[in-house]
Amino acid sequence: MDESGTDTETVNGAEDQAHATDEVERGEEREGQESDEQHEYETEEISYREALRRALHEELARDERVFLIGEEIGIFEGSYKVTAGLLDDFGTKRIREAPISEEGFVGLATGAAMTGLRPVVEIMTINFILMAMDQVVNHTAKLQYMFSGQVGCPMVIRTPNGAGSQLTAQHSQNLEGWFAHVPGLKVVTPATPADAKGLLKAAIRDDDPVLVVESLPSYNLKGEVSQDPDYLTPMGQAKVTREGDDITLIAHSMAAQRSLQVAAQLEEDEISAEVIDLRSLRPLDMETVARSLAKTNRALCVDEGWATYGVSAELCARVQDACFDDLDAPIGRVGMAEVPMPYAKNLENATLPHAKKIRAAALAVLGEETDPEEWRAG
Amino acid sequence: MARRKQAKGSEDGRGESGGSEAEPEDRDEPSDGQRQEPGGAAGGHIAPDHFEDAGSPVGPESQISPSADRLRELYETMVLIRLFEEETERQYKKARIGGYCHLSSGQEAVAVGGLEPLGQDDILVSAYRCHHLALARGISPESVMAELFGRADGCAGGRGGSMHLADPTRGYLGGWGIVAGHVPLATGAAFTFAQTDQPHAVLCELGEGAVNEGAWHEALNLAGLLQLPVVYLVENNIYGMGTSVHMASAEPEVWKRVGAFAMHAERIDGQDLEAVMEASDRLLRRAREERLPALLECITYRYRGHSVADAGTAYRTEEEIEEWKGNDPISRFGQILRDRGIVESDEELDEVRERMDARVQEAVEFAENADPPELDSLARHVYGDEHAGEQFARMTPGSPFGERELVLEKELGDG
Ligand SMILES: Cc1ncc(C[n+]2csc(CCOP(=O)(O)OP(=O)(O)O)c2C)c(N)n1
Ligand SMILES: [Mg+2]
Repeated sequence: MDESGTDTETVNGAEDQAHATDEVERGEEREGQESDEQHEYETEEISYREALRRALHEELARDERVFLIGEEIGIFEGSYKVTAGLLDDFGTKRIREAPISEEGFVGLATGAAMTGLRPVVEIMTINFILMAMDQVVNHTAKLQYMFSGQVGCPMVIRTPNGAGSQLTAQHSQNLEGWFAHVPGLKVVTPATPADAKGLLKAAIRDDDPVLVVESLPSYNLKGEVSQDPDYLTPMGQAKVTREGDDITLIAHSMAAQRSLQVAAQLEEDEISAEVIDLRSLRPLDMETVARSLAKTNRALCVDEGWATYGVSAELCARVQDACFDDLDAPIGRVGMAEVPMPYAKNLENATLPHAKKIRAAALAVLGEETDPEEWRAG
Repeated sequence: MARRKQAKGSEDGRGESGGSEAEPEDRDEPSDGQRQEPGGAAGGHIAPDHFEDAGSPVGPESQISPSADRLRELYETMVLIRLFEEETERQYKKARIGGYCHLSSGQEAVAVGGLEPLGQDDILVSAYRCHHLALARGISPESVMAELFGRADGCAGGRGGSMHLADPTRGYLGGWGIVAGHVPLATGAAFTFAQTDQPHAVLCELGEGAVNEGAWHEALNLAGLLQLPVVYLVENNIYGMGTSVHMASAEPEVWKRVGAFAMHAERIDGQDLEAVMEASDRLLRRAREERLPALLECITYRYRGHSVADAGTAYRTEEEIEEWKGNDPISRFGQILRDRGIVESDEELDEVRERMDARVQEAVEFAENADPPELDSLARHVYGDEHAGEQFARMTPGSPFGERELVLEKELGDG
């Protein structure tokens, strides 16, 4: 797994991307030729970033009501290059560069969605969605209900969360729980390239407002992704990404990747950990979680963000409700330290819910004490 | 028609620089892609004389007339900033500096000229591109470099980094990372001066990209309505990331946009140190004496990319960058000093460069040898009282894995 991406990796990644563009085009030709046949689509190893880019490309090509709007998504190709090449392929009418006016263009997209278009908004990072909070929470989320379903709002907001590159307090947040709190919004959090593509496409085809929270530290992560232009990941379905018997690590977004790492380490301690990637926070799939806990009887909620009042808080409440009789130990949870993200590398490391800390938390749920001095620094 | 397609910039630090050294290549325009630039195109090339001075000067006469020695010092500070930024980029590439890193090369005259009239009790608030402002405010290069290195002795204690430099003891209430988010704060500092009858003013630096945020509009309306002593210093470096002011603003003449707030505004040549100094002095005086807000738009240019990870050539031409470098604020001011005989030879200017270079090297050495913050101080300053550690421990989830107990032990009583 490639979490952060060094310079060299990134440069290589960019080259891969250039090839990938060609392949999309070739893929489309092939699709045209073989459209009448039953086609078994192959998978291909691509990055999380490229998976998102292809999802956008395919949906823009499929439905002309779809348009993108956001800062730096055209000439600059997106701050994180997710929209690379789209301006060239779809032109300025479909790829709308926005000024730094988040509240304005999120509201604009909402109005456009109410009147027949299918906007896909890019908010450069989740930190800047706060400027548009009133639109998202008070307008986008509520309009269908307030008007008893007479008006719909088929729109998507894509935005990355995440921390770990010393971007400090105002740029290192995981706020998806805030949105999952709100009835009327759907919130999905892909952790893998396959789900990045599948969930983004599903979100664009969905008739409700969906917040797609991407994982910034995962943009270079590679994985197998289906080339099927109709490959969708259904919203509201968690996935068991590793099977185990002793403890269930419940996570979403980047934490789902970290949990897999930790599960592999725990195996060395002869502990068999199951990992659930929630993939979708609202709707939330408690069935998969309950099924797992019936087997493992112990749970650790792993969250990239602050645990307090967060996604893990909701999970704990639901797990004790749904699985009370199955639990052999209090549910554990681990998240980012309860501080705004500091800059200095040593402090940042200690703040992140890093693998060593997750492991210690898992051991604690299993009744094993560890010495914090051994893992605290990260 | 072919558009220059090139090097990819990126906002996320070194992680995603996305082939920023990629070769330019031409791509055809998409068939339906009439590249309409809102507000009237600038034709893809914005020359240094594109924006003329505008807005007739108001306010009491500027009284600023630095001595020859002081003018030499101002020159030195500009050179210091330029060399500091060049070294910062090198250190960033050596991974000694992390996060986002926005350099100010090309914008020195706005910082040094704009801040020169700022009194000790006046307050400065700025956006995240702030190394030049911190240095111009008199924060030592050691203290700034140590912050960039994430050291406890940095001007923000190692918690802030490049975007969040600060030194309240020098009236610098920080660099801020959310575009326009700091504009209401700066306005609030001016409110305090008005409310408590203090004869001081606030200088609020921002980029031209910030004027399309609601926060800017709301704050400026408040300043106009309440007649607050604040000068909004817009560093119009033509671009916000890869978006030119013409592409971002229906009315690209930023200075005109304060018309809605009954506020005075002027636009000047930001590469002319003395022009910036004169206008800033006049408007700050007017703010202090007449309690009136104003906006000062300085036309300037950033030589480097938006951040270190952006090559800065995707959205503008090499020719444009070169043309602006030919209008360099440091060279221009150096020439003025030569013409006036304040500096007698080019060797003297070279000697300044050498001295400032040594200053920067001292700063690097200091930062290298300084200590990072103590791990045990992690929870400190989340709250202002001495119980920050306790608050942290209380709010850390009670799963029995030791962190909270550890913090309680270490932090309690320690503040
Ligand atoms: C609310 C918000 N939206 C987007 C960003 C991302 N961003 C950082 S800097 C920047 C461009 C700002 O341009 P400008 O105000 O002209 O300042 P400059 O970088 O040119 O100094 C953007 C869009 C942000 N930091 N905050
Ligand atoms: Mg700018």
